[in-house]
Amino acid sequence: MVDRILNRGRDGGSRDGDAHEAAGEPPADPRAAVWARVQLARNLRRPRTLELLAAMADEFLELHGDRLFGDDEALVAGFARIEGHRVVVIGQQKGADTDENVRRNFGMPHPEGYRKAMRMMELAERCGLPVVTFVDVPGAHPGPESEERGIAEAIGRSVGLMTRLRTPIVTVITGEGGSGGALAIAVGDVVLALENAVYAVISPEGCASILWRTGDEATTAALAMRMTAADQLALGVVDEVIQEPPDGAQADPAETARRLRVAIVRELDRLAAIPLDQLVEERYRRYRSLGAYAELPGVAPTPPLPPRPGLADRLRSLIEAGQRAIPAPPLPVGRRDDPPAREDV
Amino acid sequence: MPLKFPSFRSRREDYPEKLWTRCPSCEEQLFNKQLEKAMSVCPSCGHHFRLSAPARLSQLLDDGTFEERDAGLISEDPLAFVDKKPYPDRVAAAQLATGLRDAAVWGFGMVEGQRIAIVVMDFGFMGGSMGAVVGEKVARAAEAALGERVPLVIVSASGGARMQEGTLALMQLAKTMAALERLRAAHVPYVSVMSDPTTGGVFASYAVMGDVNLAEPNALIGFAGARVGAGTIGQELPPGFQRTEFLFRHGFVDRIVQRSDLRRELAQLLRFLTPKPVEAVRG
Repeated sequence: MVDRILNRGRDGGSRDGDAHEAAGEPPADPRAAVWARVQLARNLRRPRTLELLAAMADEFLELHGDRLFGDDEALVAGFARIEGHRVVVIGQQKGADTDENVRRNFGMPHPEGYRKAMRMMELAERCGLPVVTFVDVPGAHPGPESEERGIAEAIGRSVGLMTRLRTPIVTVITGEGGSGGALAIAVGDVVLALENAVYAVISPEGCASILWRTGDEATTAALAMRMTAADQLALGVVDEVIQEPPDGAQADPAETARRLRVAIVRELDRLAAIPLDQLVEERYRRYRSLGAYAELPGVAPTPPLPPRPGLADRLRSLIEAGQRAIPAPPLPVGRRDDPPAREDV
Repeated sequence: MPLKFPSFRSRREDYPEKLWTRCPSCEEQLFNKQLEKAMSVCPSCGHHFRLSAPARLSQLLDDGTFEERDAGLISEDPLAFVDKKPYPDRVAAAQLATGLRDAAVWGFGMVEGQRIAIVVMDFGFMGGSMGAVVGEKVARAAEAALGERVPLVIVSASGGARMQEGTLALMQLAKTMAALERLRAAHVPYVSVMSDPTTGGVFASYAVMGDVNLAEPNALIGFAGARVGAGTIGQELPPGFQRTEFLFRHGFVDRIVQRSDLRRELAQLLRFLTPKPVEAVRG
């Protein structure tokens, strides 16, 4: 199984792997190779959504605001025309310098960013426009205000919306595919990835601090999670890896955009020919089938359950509890007016 | 039925140990038998201990009505993942410790005579983490609830997606949400019950997306781990951050329900949440 994955991974475009093999060199520390890609994915000069659009789209009109709370500059969205295709584009946007990064929150969207994305997806569906998403995010913003406004709800709802959206969706992982914050705009009919993009369920630093109990093992965790684009291709999470210019996307953004444009236009053409019912059903099947499990035949159900205490026991425990001096637990709001359950009286 | 909690004891320090358990909240020493009778809620301070999946099922369902489905689903190791231990060893240890095959159990059962499809998670199995098996069980439960047109109930207890399955674990968010969207489109209701803890990818997918969201008091519920959040942002966290009451205050939980009331409230809800007849949906 593993061999198969690794082989497919090489076929999928890990040029380093091929090079080493062809030359018969002893493999360098594989962690270093993976970490180099993580660094490229995080490179400060890597082209972002707006730069890529400027290079590949014939026109782009950005729209703002989620209509609920505010506008999140960490996630941009709008209408674009790419080789005759009118599309809705959604993507995270990191800053190019410190000032811009502060404004764009280092590309980490708050809930309002994802709600803007959902608003745009629904608009795309109504207008019959395909959706193109560019994913480049360390993770959704994890702070208190994000939780207060429901970052989990925004992500979950966006993922759900994308699974059923009745218009084609082309997703490109352009840089960091950071967990739920990435997936919230990355459920597509086809998922492309740039060669040095990475995609993971948690940052390698976070994974290392939990499983290895030290952030120092981030490179080991990065390798173990198989987060490179080629590995993701092998796992079936990504459908195609797009080669970057020789020194990486940041060295030649225009060429990167040109290559991306070719792939995106090809996929838009292909998906446009598929009837919507079939498209949505195939998208459902795509995500329904991801994940590796085995099914043992004839397995006995989970071991017996402890029986619920009978009425007499329940009464006794209630009485026992009642006999104690109880510092009352904080009374949940909304429960006050409920009559006691009949069987408890 | 024999009273058997497989290795209930060795799993975590806040699981009952031997005869006595110290309540982590009020530090009272509790007699285990009494704690069990009190549905694993501290009689002194109301602290809700974590429940195993079998205990949760027996507390919520009418006696003898649970019919487990897909009991034979087990994890594979698609990444050949090794941290300090290989992933298959961790799974085997968790299976041995809990008597479960993965972190979720699903089947059909009755709540005060009303038939439901139910998924319960078990934090004792690798932190209740969601890999392909948990995702598959949730998706199958949603599809089966749709097929039978009975409400779906999911009781969550999870630290989030299972890191050892990498992005394939992340994809379970999409898998479960895709199935739940179909359930919603078919007008079949879904109740989410959140218990301590419900975090990460589980919270950001099916746990937060119930037609009705219930939560046990003072459960840890949140998207980003508190340490991750604080570390990344370098910001003071408000008191009670990511607890049930915080979520309630911000509008993401419909009702905070004491464990002793959960079955009754669920039954009450289910009397309102009846799936729309199929003719009405098509018409």
